Amino acid sequence: MRDRLLNLREEAVAAMGAVSDLEDLKKLKVKYLGKKGELTTILRGMGTLSEEERPAIGRLANEIRTYLESMIANKEEELQDLALEQRLKDEKIDVTLPGIRRTPGSLHPLMAVIEQIEDIFIGMGFEVAEGPEVELDLYNFEMLNIGKDHPARDMQDTFYISSEILLRTQTSPVQVRTLQKKEGKVPIRMICPGKVYRRDDDDATHSHQFMQIEGLVVDRRVSMSELNGTLLAFVEKMFGEGTEIRLRPSYFPFTEPSVEVDIFDSDKGWLEILGAGMVHPRVLEKAGYNPERYTGFAFGMGVERIALLKYDIDDIRQFYNNDLRFLHQFQSV
Amino acid sequence: MLVSYEWLKEYVDLEGISPEDIAEELNRTGIEVEVIYTRDSGVKGVVIGQILSVRPHPDSNHLQICSVHVGQGNPLQIVCGAPNVSPSQRVPVALIGASLPGDIQIKKATIRGVESFGMICSAKELGLPDKVLMKYQTDGILVLDHDAPIGEDIKTYLGMNDQVIELELTPNRSDCLSMIGVAYEVAAIFDRPLRLPEVEIQETFDEGTPVDIILEAEEECPFYAAQVVRNLKIGTSPQWLQNRLISAGVRPINNIVDITNYVMIETGQPLHAFDYDQIHDGEVIVRRARPGEAVVTLDGVTRACDDDTLLITDRKQVLALAGVMGGQSSEVTEQTTTILLESAFFDPAIVRRTSRRLGLRSEASNRFEKGVDPERIIPALSRAVQLLQEIAGGEVASEIYVEEIGDIEDVVIGLRHERLCNLLGIQIDPQEVIHIFRRLRFEVDYEDGIYQVQVPTRRPDINIEEDLIEEVARLYGYDRIPTTLPWGQQLPGSLTREQKLRRIIRHALRDLGMNESVTYSLISSKAGKEIASLDPSAEPIRIAMPMSREHAVLRTSLLPSLIQTAKYNLNHGLNALSLFEMGRTYLTKERKLTNLPRENWQLAGLITGNQNTDFWYQDTSQALNFFHGKGILEALFQRLGVNQVEYREASLIGFHPGRTAEVICDHQVIGVIGQLHPKLERKYQLEETILFEIDLPKLFQHVPEEITYKAITRYPAVTRDLAIVVDEEVQVGKIEKAIRQTAGPLLESITLFDLFQGEQLGEKKKSLAFSLVYRADDRTLTDDEIQVIHEKVIQFLETTFHAKLRH
Repeated sequence: MRDRLLNLREEAVAAMGAVSDLEDLKKLKVKYLGKKGELTTILRGMGTLSEEERPAIGRLANEIRTYLESMIANKEEELQDLALEQRLKDEKIDVTLPGIRRTPGSLHPLMAVIEQIEDIFIGMGFEVAEGPEVELDLYNFEMLNIGKDHPARDMQDTFYISSEILLRTQTSPVQVRTLQKKEGKVPIRMICPGKVYRRDDDDATHSHQFMQIEGLVVDRRVSMSELNGTLLAFVEKMFGEGTEIRLRPSYFPFTEPSVEVDIFDSDKGWLEILGAGMVHPRVLEKAGYNPERYTGFAFGMGVERIALLKYDIDDIRQFYNNDLRFLHQFQSV
Repeated sequence: MLVSYEWLKEYVDLEGISPEDIAEELNRTGIEVEVIYTRDSGVKGVVIGQILSVRPHPDSNHLQICSVHVGQGNPLQIVCGAPNVSPSQRVPVALIGASLPGDIQIKKATIRGVESFGMICSAKELGLPDKVLMKYQTDGILVLDHDAPIGEDIKTYLGMNDQVIELELTPNRSDCLSMIGVAYEVAAIFDRPLRLPEVEIQETFDEGTPVDIILEAEEECPFYAAQVVRNLKIGTSPQWLQNRLISAGVRPINNIVDITNYVMIETGQPLHAFDYDQIHDGEVIVRRARPGEAVVTLDGVTRACDDDTLLITDRKQVLALAGVMGGQSSEVTEQTTTILLESAFFDPAIVRRTSRRLGLRSEASNRFEKGVDPERIIPALSRAVQLLQEIAGGEVASEIYVEEIGDIEDVVIGLRHERLCNLLGIQIDPQEVIHIFRRLRFEVDYEDGIYQVQVPTRRPDINIEEDLIEEVARLYGYDRIPTTLPWGQQLPGSLTREQKLRRIIRHALRDLGMNESVTYSLISSKAGKEIASLDPSAEPIRIAMPMSREHAVLRTSLLPSLIQTAKYNLNHGLNALSLFEMGRTYLTKERKLTNLPRENWQLAGLITGNQNTDFWYQDTSQALNFFHGKGILEALFQRLGVNQVEYREASLIGFHPGRTAEVICDHQVIGVIGQLHPKLERKYQLEETILFEIDLPKLFQHVPEEITYKAITRYPAVTRDLAIVVDEEVQVGKIEKAIRQTAGPLLESITLFDLFQGEQLGEKKKSLAFSLVYRADDRTLTDDEIQVIHEKVIQFLETTFHAKLRH
């Protein structure tokens, strides 16, 4: 019996050595170690052995079983590795083929610029206000100290709907609406982005519709140095730390003193970016604020102008053509 | 305003100050300088010559051979082709070696066998713009005055070395619409002395020329002065005067007109010369026009007037539109010998309204409508009379007649030193403030912290304390104002809920691959009618005087603009488009607007074309259709937390009748999605195009304010498939709704995973396969429990939709 066991081991080892397939290995396992396998068959003859022989043969049989089991396990692992290797080889792809694209969309550059500016001023404690684009002459002009025959009306040619209703030529009427809404309370810190309209022929530098952002601060003892400081803080956030600004005297009927603000560009020199000034006492008064107690500053900037400078765009019409070759350049904004 | 440097130098000491210095300082202190230019556009080596003789060219019909004396050496032989050349003329001669604008070099030439030693120049060849030339000067060679000094450099003679500073004036600084005004400003900036022209008049008048001024419209004309000058000899003005006018951008015409223009530019006071002999009885009546009255103006046009027009008349006829333009009946002509010279103050508003209504903007109306300096009305008149005497041989033929209503009052404004410092945020010594007012030539007294400032009449823009603060600030220097941040109570800044939601939508759609566009609010009336607005009762609002048909009405839908944008992009070769825009529509029910419209924020989207065409990975190529558009909306609603959205078949103008749905949330229509009507697709050359438009305030009503977490259930789900055959007509949405209602709360989700039609099903039938997921929060569902529900669902579908179960 001992010889039969040893023969079985030898035969099994030889058979396993020749196996190259997981299925065949499984069959071999059943053949030698299964319930009806050869080892079991041999051990059934244990009954014929003497008391002395039985433990030794039993030990040997167990040894052979353990040996064969571990051998099968090793072989199994070896064959699995081989199979995986083959699979990996078969599954090879050309990683340089183009990806299956999900085209990203884009924000309109004007809207992206507005969001950026809003965030800068929100960080400085400003609210974002809104006002009507179809506006009363009263708010667009009269309350801003621009009477019917004021020569400043020439500065802005207006789309009228009726003698009293027009398309706002500036976001400044929102100053008046904000003051009225606040009913004499301070502090006021607001900006208002929005569309405005003027009778200009559309060309590279003019557009009958464009966007402005208005700003208004009213409180006790607001000074021009605060206007200067606020605008400098804004410009540094928008155009980079260390960007210089310059104030120049200018004229708007609803601010006094009035200023134009330029920023310095190393290639192009001084560039005008916005108009501002101390709120005219008559504007405060008409909206119910006593100009002796309260002062304020206001500013207004053209969004297109800022975007033109920021992205080096040369034609304002690009913003309104919505050419995808243009819009796609702002995918990363 | 064009400011000649040479002219300005006469009125203010500019020693050591260049035109560039002036420009820089004007810019710094509040007057924008557009540009500085010299009137010389590249002329060198051109002198004044006299034509001695002219003879025909032997080999040409139009060329002539001239002998020209140029002040030195022998006369030059020059071949000239101009038809107006003739002996004894004085003309500009470009000598050999001269250069002319446009990089032209003059060399010795042989023209059809005749040698030519230079060129006789036309005005154009010297670079003079047509704008400042008279008609006869634009044809042929430029013929100069008979006493032009032979041999002199033409640039000296024509004042071409002068530099011109172009000012871009804001409407408040009308004081700088005159050379004297600019002189005051420059003198203040540089703290330099002024030397204004002095007027001397030889009084030689007699009693023969009476003038009777009657101011019927007192408010519109509170001040009128006139004087008569006789024995005038009309002719061309001396070259120096012409040169100054040209520098100022004004075309010389004749000595009388030139003098009135010259004095207007010098003093800012417009003057008008009437032919005195055409005025009946020397009467000058200033009044508003009567109904139906008309006047033929100097340009030969008949102008209808209304009662808001101010006229100068005599008893019989209209002489002029006050402050705007003279009338033809009293025009100064070649035959005129006696003129009545007018210098007046007209109400700025009425001049402005008249000039705008008639579309007549002149140098004069521009000054009147900003308000002329009352203190300069008579000095300007006298200055013109002086020049008429000196230049046009005139004799004073009357006293200065003056009619005035009321007195000119001194304007004195108090300025508090403390207010000045607080408003500007600076510390400044009162002595420095006083010095600034002295430089401006404003009289000032300082006492108890208050400056009493007397503002001269030439500065009508200064009325209140803040105006004085600006004057101080601009001469103090805006660059000296410190930078501080607002010191008051601090507030947290923020966006409103609607502003935040609009941002979320913008970013969500961008992330879904859509491109944001911004289009015009004004569209054509026709395009506006092509497609339905979300508000069917909206009346489009018309602009009173549109600039073009393309931009005539305010939009009531964002879709027409998106369609235009799509067309634009397809014309430029793009094939797949995915666009959106958020903006306002302008909604009113009024046919004629008397109240402000409702401005409603809306979202619109457009997709069309083929994604990923001709791509190596074939599975991704897709023609975009209705369901792509709907998928975008569904993803957006999910992002906003808006569930329970339904889609109901709809028929709307501009949309495909079988492929359009209203978007409904809680029984309220919040928008629309559909395919563009094929007729419009053809018109705009678009492929299948899907549009959607959403009313944002309505949508936002359904956006939950807060999210409450629901515990994730630990009990397993049971999935059952359900395949049925129904009539083609039956809508999947209705079946899903029925399943949900019948199954009740244990049905967690329902997904359509298969849809097909085929012969084996029978005609007009379709097969639908749903996957139903059941789950309870508190227990594991048993097969029996689910079986009961599932049977109920099947039974309901069988009775309601005549559905047949497929196995």
